[in-house]
Amino acid sequence: MSDISNEWPLWEVFVRSKQGLEHKHCGSLHAADAQQALQMARDVYTRRMEGVSIWVVPSASITASEPAEKEEFFEPATDKIYRHPSFYAIPDEVGHM
Amino acid sequence: MYTQALDLPDPAQRGLQAVPPPAASVRETELQSHFDAKIDADRKIEPRDWMPEAYRKTLVRQISQHAHSEIVGMLPEGNWISRAPSLKRKAILLAKVQDEGGHGLYLYSAAETLGVSRDEMLDALHSGKAKYSSIFNYPTLSWADVGVIGWLVDGAAIMNQVPICRCSYGPYARAMIRICKEESFHQRQGFESLMTLMAGTTAQRDMVQESVNRWWWPVLAMFGPPDANSPHSAQGMRWGIKRISNDDLRQKFIDATVPQAKVLGVTLPDSDLKWNDERGHYDYGAIDWDDFWAVVNGNGPCNKERLATRVKAHEDGQWVRDAALAHARKQQARQLKEAA
Repeated sequence: MSDISNEWPLWEVFVRSKQGLEHKHCGSLHAADAQQALQMARDVYTRRMEGVSIWVVPSASITASEPAEKEEFFEPATDKIYRHPSFYAIPDEVGHM
Repeated sequence: MYTQALDLPDPAQRGLQAVPPPAASVRETELQSHFDAKIDADRKIEPRDWMPEAYRKTLVRQISQHAHSEIVGMLPEGNWISRAPSLKRKAILLAKVQDEGGHGLYLYSAAETLGVSRDEMLDALHSGKAKYSSIFNYPTLSWADVGVIGWLVDGAAIMNQVPICRCSYGPYARAMIRICKEESFHQRQGFESLMTLMAGTTAQRDMVQESVNRWWWPVLAMFGPPDANSPHSAQGMRWGIKRISNDDLRQKFIDATVPQAKVLGVTLPDSDLKWNDERGHYDYGAIDWDDFWAVVNGNGPCNKERLATRVKAHEDGQWVRDAALAHARKQQARQLKEAA
């Protein structure tokens, strides 16, 4: 293991591809600070007009759910099929509903 | 741009291959079978999912070799930026070389999700421990080389990279999709540049032919050793990292390139190259694998120069990285003080 204390911190990059759409995660990069992270994200991830807005977030600030606990974590939703419109049978004559 | 180097064996690991895996615990067997089921169902593995250590190591080696290839790949073409024949060609070449840098960065990021740091990967490259594609250890002697690299080297890269877009490891597959989208520009600009030269003087046409003669065989070697001598391939296929064998990719590339050479009006330097009706493919001559291994093992025409240039660029940039970090820390300290 090399000493990583002098490595620039890691940032996650989110790009809004066009006005009206959400920001979407597109990758990560190293930068010394937030301003530099934005400029680098522009150069690395939007060289072909892929974005109109960028968010950068320090990777260390992200809290993620545990993949190993996926089943328990999402279990509450698995047995509630009545939350889907297809659960309800409606006569054809009603048309689109 | 890219690499056969994909799956070059790491000499240090060769010995380890023979050691049988230690007896797995019950828990590990369960995790392993869950992992195998995911691979069989062609589902993606994501960074924090459990994965066998050998899978992780193989990916780190492959993705970092791939990233190094993109970064070192900037050098042969960078050689021609200041000597491009027109402002248009210069702008195109700058954009292409910048793309290669970007591709390297996407790939380093993908590798970092496997728990290896950027510095560790760079150290491995700079110390000569990590490999990169041997194609970049050949020199770019004429302006036609820039076109031929686009047409043939990037063409071979595309052939190699498209199947990796379906790789089982999510971050690698996503980086490859992004790269493949950009790669097509690289190949087309090269071919178009060569068409321009071929429509020029006899000297220009000769320059293209001479360049094709030099690059053809090293490009075919980019697909890696023949399947029979490619020890990692079977495991890579099992893991959904490798999708198409070296020889099949090479054949696909040759079949696609022969008609392109005809359009361009150049001859591919292989007297055995001819259509085989029975196979439905072009037959081709024997590749000089001794030359390939000599280059892989550090004895190509430019190995030392490429690595030295890379190390120098890294060392010369150290004060910039240190200054940027010092500035960021100072700003942060000031903000904390003001807030207090």
